[in-house]
Amino acid sequence: MKASTPCYSLCKDGTRLAWSCLLAICVLAAQANAADLRVPAIVDADRAFSISLDGAGEATFYLIGPDHVVKRTVTLGGALQIQSSDVRAVGRYQVIVCGSSCSSATFDVRATQPAHISFFLHPSRVPVSTPGSIDATAFVFDQNFNLVLIPSTVAFQVHPTNGTSFTRQGSTRLGVTWIRMDSTTKEGRVQVTAALRNVQEARVIQQVASEACGLHIKALPNGDSVTLETDPVRDCSGNALPDGTVVSFTKVDHAGKSTVDTPIKKGIARVRLSVHGSAQISVACGVVLGNEVTVNGKL
Amino acid sequence: MKWVLVCVITVATVALVAIAWFQSGGLQQHTMFSAVTPEEAVQALMTEIQAHDYEKAYASLDRTSDTDLASFVRDIAGSDSSLRTYSSLQSADVSPLHADQDQALVRVRMTWSSAVGSLDDVRDLRVHRDGSVWRVVWPKPAFATVPPQVVAVNYLSWDVIGRNTSQNWGAQDVESPKVRITSMNAISRPGRVVVLGEIENEDTVPAYVNVNATLLKADGNPIEEEGSFDLISHILLPKQVSPYRIDFPDVRIDAVKSVRMDARALLVPASADPVIAVEGQTLGKDALNRNVLKGELINESGRPVNIAQVLAAYYDTSGKVIWVSDGYVDQALMPQVPLPFAVDIPDDVAARIKTYRVIVNHYSRASS
Repeated sequence: MKASTPCYSLCKDGTRLAWSCLLAICVLAAQANAADLRVPAIVDADRAFSISLDGAGEATFYLIGPDHVVKRTVTLGGALQIQSSDVRAVGRYQVIVCGSSCSSATFDVRATQPAHISFFLHPSRVPVSTPGSIDATAFVFDQNFNLVLIPSTVAFQVHPTNGTSFTRQGSTRLGVTWIRMDSTTKEGRVQVTAALRNVQEARVIQQVASEACGLHIKALPNGDSVTLETDPVRDCSGNALPDGTVVSFTKVDHAGKSTVDTPIKKGIARVRLSVHGSAQISVACGVVLGNEVTVNGKL
Repeated sequence: MKWVLVCVITVATVALVAIAWFQSGGLQQHTMFSAVTPEEAVQALMTEIQAHDYEKAYASLDRTSDTDLASFVRDIAGSDSSLRTYSSLQSADVSPLHADQDQALVRVRMTWSSAVGSLDDVRDLRVHRDGSVWRVVWPKPAFATVPPQVVAVNYLSWDVIGRNTSQNWGAQDVESPKVRITSMNAISRPGRVVVLGEIENEDTVPAYVNVNATLLKADGNPIEEEGSFDLISHILLPKQVSPYRIDFPDVRIDAVKSVRMDARALLVPASADPVIAVEGQTLGKDALNRNVLKGELINESGRPVNIAQVLAAYYDTSGKVIWVSDGYVDQALMPQVPLPFAVDIPDDVAARIKTYRVIVNHYSRASS
């Protein structure tokens, strides 16, 4: 079908139409001639293909895609080769050919095989024994980083340092899949790998000790001072709290109150305080309180 | 007419010279050299200190002063990059405590201005009569020293390697530390609303924390937003708890419907060293009869702490934080040497305190 209103004549009218308005008219006019172009309805991204062009003579060819536009002069009456580089992004493309009149057609470009996984493992540190605390989310992309919308199965392989490895699978929906897991009872490194065919992405999460549990100190009097030492500081699952964790010692005696915030070193927090008479000594780690001891004969 | 002009010019010249003399401290100098009363002697000494003329100040001291110039300057001007070295004497209030024919005891309250606010230094000085003038007896400063030794420091320190910005979307990064506001209390103080409480670093890595509060009206619109500024320990080691206080000047509590809290934490490199013990904490009164929490700081590490800030949280019988106060120590914390501190407590708060907790913020030039 020929175009009833050639773009050229509209432009020549002398009226100062806005460029966008002109384009819109051209596209509308061209759409009336879609039958002149034969394009595939769907093509794979990054794959060359050809379009059959009827007619004779030269014409201007436009390819309008989601991320770029191509314009070139073509000869009608043969096949027009579309380069693979022109259709790398998925989405709807529009082809317009303007000779003596304009014709247009549309086609869709879809993602190809999965080639990349963007994998989010959150958080990077998690306390042990915390239900639903680990989120693993995988986005599946093709080689041109187009989101692959066709459902595919991602395997989440979980390898704890202290524990048994296991795998959970998730099917992508609109290009994304996720799983939620509990942290285990043992501290240490956990590697989680998202795998799809021969594509793999690995992330590491650190399971760390939770709050201190059963915090206990012992006092070793030595003249007018006392050395206070915790038992190895552990959480309720038996994991040692990491070195550097602050333990607060508080002593109350006749001279007043004394406090020392001291970090755990080699699993134990230790401090030496001078004592004047009978003294009450307590210990805390964060919001967790430990035992109290009385020194000067009433230990 | 000719004589009138001469007289006017003469009077104007004398007036201008007098003004210049006043402005250049001539009156104070005159006072110093006259020093006919004990208070004037102390005031004159303070004037010299204010002018950073330590040699002149030292020269004006009584001969019985058991100090040398270097110790006097160190006592007055500070050392080891302490807060005093960045301060200047703003004013000095002198009040006599006792006086007889030849000697007197004078209390001087020196107010030093510094980047973190004004700091008070109250001293009782003996003043001796020396002929027709009075001179201050400067006591020998007691600079405690520790014997030479090697202090093994093997506390943990943390470094951070962040995500490379050139990596793809989804590349792994290290998480910000998890912090939690464990308590919050909004109270009314004269001319302001104060939000105070405590925050804990629940994580296993150090955190740089900041607490912001927004006061909201009944319709949900904000009245004002403020941050804790320096009334918090910004660097929190794992499981460390810091008090915070946020002041909202010129806001009335009855205009506040609710408070929105925002605690932010960043992962930062940090060191568990130095450990600073706070010993002998007692509630009492200072020389000016103000309620204070006083005690001693002991730097248990092997290197000096240049500037230390004491933060104290006070609790009532129900365990609620009712006040947070702070105070800077204007001397450097030398290793193993106890250094006294005192932080102010409002009178009405002092009456309600059941217990309290003190932590120390520190700044060391070498490791900043």
